[in-house]
Amino acid sequence: MKQVFSRPESLKDIQTHFCPGCHHGSVHRLAAEAMDEFGVRGETIGVASVGCSVFLYGYFDVDVIEAPHGRAPAVATGAKRARPDRIVFSYQGDGDLAAIGTAEIIHAANRGEDITVIFVNNTTYGMTGGQMAPTTMVGQKTSTSPYGRDHSKDGYPIRMAELLAQLEGVGFSARVAVNSPKNVMQAKKLMKTAFRYQVEKKGFAFIEVLAACPTNWGMNPLAANQRVGDEMVPYFPLGVYRNTANL
Amino acid sequence: MPHIVIDEARCKGCGLCTIACPKKLVALSDSPNSMGFTVAVFSDASQCTGCTLCAEMCPDVAITVFK
Amino acid sequence: MEAGLSTKLFVKGNEAVAMASVEAGCRYYFGYPITPQSDIPEYLSRELPRLGGEFIQAESEIGAINMLLGASATGVRCMTSSSGPGISLKQEGISYMAGSELPGVIVDIMRQGPGLGGIDASQADYWQATRGGGHGGYRIIVLAPASVQEMYDLTMLAFDLSDIYRIPAMVLADSVIGQMKESLVANPRPVATLPAKDWAVRGRGEGQLQQVVKSLKLGDGEMEAHHWKMHARYQELADAECRWEELQTDDATLIVTAFGSVARIARTAVAMARAEGMQVGLLRPITLFPFPSKAYADLSTRCKRFLDIELSTGQMVDDVRLSVARDTEVDFYGRPPGAGSLPTPEELFEQIAKNYRR
Repeated sequence: MKQVFSRPESLKDIQTHFCPGCHHGSVHRLAAEAMDEFGVRGETIGVASVGCSVFLYGYFDVDVIEAPHGRAPAVATGAKRARPDRIVFSYQGDGDLAAIGTAEIIHAANRGEDITVIFVNNTTYGMTGGQMAPTTMVGQKTSTSPYGRDHSKDGYPIRMAELLAQLEGVGFSARVAVNSPKNVMQAKKLMKTAFRYQVEKKGFAFIEVLAACPTNWGMNPLAANQRVGDEMVPYFPLGVYRNTANL
Repeated sequence: MPHIVIDEARCKGCGLCTIACPKKLVALSDSPNSMGFTVAVFSDASQCTGCTLCAEMCPDVAITVFK
Repeated sequence: MEAGLSTKLFVKGNEAVAMASVEAGCRYYFGYPITPQSDIPEYLSRELPRLGGEFIQAESEIGAINMLLGASATGVRCMTSSSGPGISLKQEGISYMAGSELPGVIVDIMRQGPGLGGIDASQADYWQATRGGGHGGYRIIVLAPASVQEMYDLTMLAFDLSDIYRIPAMVLADSVIGQMKESLVANPRPVATLPAKDWAVRGRGEGQLQQVVKSLKLGDGEMEAHHWKMHARYQELADAECRWEELQTDDATLIVTAFGSVARIARTAVAMARAEGMQVGLLRPITLFPFPSKAYADLSTRCKRFLDIELSTGQMVDDVRLSVARDTEVDFYGRPPGAGSLPTPEELFEQIAKNYRR
């Protein structure tokens, strides 16, 4: 009898603060598995952002720098330039990366910083209580779009994976989901690619993960999981949008 | 015999494992753990193939799989 | 720098800052163009790549200060520079660095404000610099050079103090000092005993404890404890690191006090007053935080009249009034920043004479 599935070493053996059915836990595990795969736990620096992802240092067994809201790509830039032999990743939500931190992510990507960016898109500001995010779906009700997101006033949800794939500095850009076993297996594979880019010094790597936020969506975990496939995937198609090194 | 072990203390009862199992061997119970979550339970080990899909879906890394 | 002890160079204040940062061992600079400080990034964009360092022209001052935060967290010496509007943008990152106890040097070549203001000399960012500037209640080290030589020497000192106390340090000057060319003796970096950066994030390594650089403090009593710890550290700074210059204060019955560019003009005005037989001295604070309160307190036991001069409507004068003995008269003369508002020595002499005879 062999243990065929267990907790990755890069993930601490402790209970997370995430709500039941929140996909952050899955994304954490996939990132930790990638670090284990390349044996880089001891040389990795994580950059935490502001939001539900802020407790990165509590869950990953790696060194961590906490960044101001949206600034993780700039902080990661400073860390990677100072320690180019280390693996540096940022982990950011949609409000953090696609609203307040738009300038930082675009320019880190455009400079081709040799970092890995994990972007969790759950269409809302989780930590602050479910406000409208730049990725909130048209018509989606949130605590600051009580009548539903109106594209004539609020614009349309931003597709970051496609947007960043337009930049010459980007090596890898992909969107995955963790709402089904099949999607998790694909996410696992592409998460490893996103880290492989850095391990092999192939340039900036970006991986967007569609995720459920049952609590702020006002749904039970299974219904929220279902929504990812039914509503998000059609607007935010899964796939690899840029892969310059064909990894 | 392939089987899974669910860490009751870590389970938050989200049920994502229940939709992952191709043989429907995992179900939510009525019994709460120390956190008050009604936890997932594994039954009929004889049918488990050790495919790991339940564990892959669990956001809380609460399932260990043996094969 | 190859320059020996006796070699005199003729350089701009801003260049002296950049040269000093290199001499101090800084190899990482992150900045954004803004007048009147752009000579600093221009110099370092040329020199740092040759030295195996990194120069990044960031997307904004916000980007630059956060690159500084990231680089500093890994334990290296690093610097950014800017001016008024850019320093305002950097306040977010400075607050996070203060909260995370990260060293780092920030150069502020002040320009006028509020808003876009203008590029002439100003001292109206004294409050912003010495009161923390960002949210949450913190202080940073603030050094105020008044010459090209001091731009060089104090920049090196800023790196050392910042590393020793784990507080961001600011070199605060204006376009008069930054853009002026003067002779410089580019002394080698002074020997300083610096603590090991055992807090730095470098990748935990196998078998090592995890290192975390953060300002989020949610534990019961953790935030309060941090504030008291920093409060005590600011006191240590005040006890050990105050620097100031006194000129002819021994027999003075009127003390003129000013910092930075205006102190240079005041120095000439004081000499003019002395030539007229007036017993006037000059007290020039070099550290603005910690403010040399004791120097003011001591002088005010024997000299009961001070004249504070600033390029603003009066900011440092608050600290002067808090420092002097209660029965001391503190008068103020200021020229709010603006084109044509730099006072002449004659103008300041007139103010000295008026106060002296009063």
